[in-house]
Amino acid sequence: MSAPHSFDLAQHSVRELNAALHALAPSTNATGWLVQNPDGRHALAAGLDVPVTVEIAGHAGYYCAGMNQHATVIVHGSAGTGVAENMMSGRVHVQGDASQSAGATAHGGLLLIDGNASARCGISLKGADIVVKGSVGHMAAFMAQAGTLVVLGDAGDSLGDSIYEAHLYVRGRVASLGADCIEVPMTAADRAELQEKLQAAGLDGQVRPDEFRRYGSGRTLYHFHVDNAAAY
Amino acid sequence: MDQAPRTPPRFSATFDPATLAEIRRAAATGIYDIRGGGTKRKLPHFDDLLFLGASISRYPLEGYRERCGTEVVLGARHAKKPITLKIPITIAGMSFGSLSAQAKEALGRGASLAGTSTTTGDGGMTNEERGHSSVLVYQYLPSRYGMNPDDLRRADAIEIVIGQGAKPGGGGMLLGQKISPRVAAMRTLPEGIDQRSACRHPDWTGPDDLEIKIEELRELTDWQKPIYVKVGASRPYYDTALAVKSGADVVVIDGMQGGTAATQEVFIEHVGIPILAAIRPAVRALQELGMHRKVQLIVSGGIRSGADVAKALALGADAVSIGTAALVALGDNDPAYEAEYNALGTTAGAYDDWHEGRDPAGITTQDPVLAARLDPVLAGRRLANYLAVLTLEAQAIARACGKSHLHNLEPEDLVALTIEAAAMAQVPLAGTSWIPGQPL
Repeated sequence: MSAPHSFDLAQHSVRELNAALHALAPSTNATGWLVQNPDGRHALAAGLDVPVTVEIAGHAGYYCAGMNQHATVIVHGSAGTGVAENMMSGRVHVQGDASQSAGATAHGGLLLIDGNASARCGISLKGADIVVKGSVGHMAAFMAQAGTLVVLGDAGDSLGDSIYEAHLYVRGRVASLGADCIEVPMTAADRAELQEKLQAAGLDGQVRPDEFRRYGSGRTLYHFHVDNAAAY
Repeated sequence: MDQAPRTPPRFSATFDPATLAEIRRAAATGIYDIRGGGTKRKLPHFDDLLFLGASISRYPLEGYRERCGTEVVLGARHAKKPITLKIPITIAGMSFGSLSAQAKEALGRGASLAGTSTTTGDGGMTNEERGHSSVLVYQYLPSRYGMNPDDLRRADAIEIVIGQGAKPGGGGMLLGQKISPRVAAMRTLPEGIDQRSACRHPDWTGPDDLEIKIEELRELTDWQKPIYVKVGASRPYYDTALAVKSGADVVVIDGMQGGTAATQEVFIEHVGIPILAAIRPAVRALQELGMHRKVQLIVSGGIRSGADVAKALALGADAVSIGTAALVALGDNDPAYEAEYNALGTTAGAYDDWHEGRDPAGITTQDPVLAARLDPVLAGRRLANYLAVLTLEAQAIARACGKSHLHNLEPEDLVALTIEAAAMAQVPLAGTSWIPGQPL
């Protein structure tokens, strides 16, 4: 990474920041960016499409790194609603806590949250990996379709409600499971998958796959049937 | 010996034969009825309005000599690249999945020939529709199926869908018969399952969040694309005001006549309001905010003719959108397939089991054999022809009212045939100066 280009949001607008980042060519040598005085502004580093690293020196508002492609975004603070929403690839690292709907609908890449994530973390997840070192709130992985959610702490109520084929790994206590979400026996393939996710998150050796339990779809609600009406 | 007169069989108005049949069907299956299309009940509609035309005090334009403009610019409020359409009639959002790839291509071809836009649906953007649509609006839906930033950037406008007229407050359905391998891959779903789309967006709630979401979408696309907000007609005054406050460039209001690929019958028939009742409150909200004609209003739901187009515009809309009528123009419910409709237990003109994927016309299906029946070039031509007729009809009416542009039509050009329509459209009952709710 080259020496960071400093961008002070006390002096410039979010529009100017994102325009500068969007103007970068994939081959740019301006691969390091430091955003100062973010002060919870929204849509910081949203829509990146180049392999650069953007460090945000403070708290981010809603939709930080939204729809990220290829880039690495590091938030040296907490992130508001929808961090890394619909991410396609790359890596987003929140060093504090994340608000609601972290990683919502994300298709690819890795969202790493050092703290806790609030409600609906990984809602409608479509293939990305989310690793939360702390705990997640209620309705995590609601309607999650694909990808993995790894939680080192606890999960709130209704984990995995109406889940499709996403894989959920929780090390701590699960308050309750949502509709059609069941505990699934861990296979060797699951352990290998979890190990790979932990390694990618830099947690290799700190926690072991066999400390986790896996949850997934019971697939009983995949087709409408009158006898399932009470499940919703 | 003569029989004494007997009381003839008499059906109940409350428990009529259709109601009885539905009770029996429900009892036999235990599941609500699901179908496509919009409401089928009789509603106050544009048929209940008439144009007054010219008279001694109003001066008409020559039908074949004097210009009557039809173009419309959408999105100039904030977008760097607003879109200009030759006609104020757009094609509503309909998904690949609910429709075949050929049907989507035909919609794109027809709209492009006519100089207007078409719209993606719940399920993402296909290369066919992008390639054949000169102006393509990309829907941003609660499910976010197939949503990706590359498609956002190659769209000409973005439509945030909060609801649709057939089911305000309801999510989408696509039953397993239509979840083909391609549809499943685009939606990241297992093949063949009954798919339940979300009814709420996953990462925002309420108008304050919507404002931030719109800001994000603008940042993602460098403020180039017009951003529409689409709602089902239910609280049009407040929804329009909130959409404007949230930063929308265009507000789209879909009345309960608007179609759906698959929804519960009870939802289609009992939730939402007719488009006739929604336009004036929406326009009033825009006018009170000083945004009429600055934020454009597109209305939809039961638009069939140039008269409907002209009436919607006279009430204050900037453009209309068509879905069901466009499918009929392509060939949906064509009597030429009557025998096949009969085999499905229905008849041409009444077929609405679009969710089952067995459409004889090859439009609402993913069956490759059925879908191959629709020639996208020919069907696109039919749609273009139909759009041309709608435009010519609307122009004929506008000229008769002395208007040199369709947007110059106004409520003063209209009267209502019924008290209900007069109240909803806020125009006088024909032959009177009475508008219900207003002092004489």
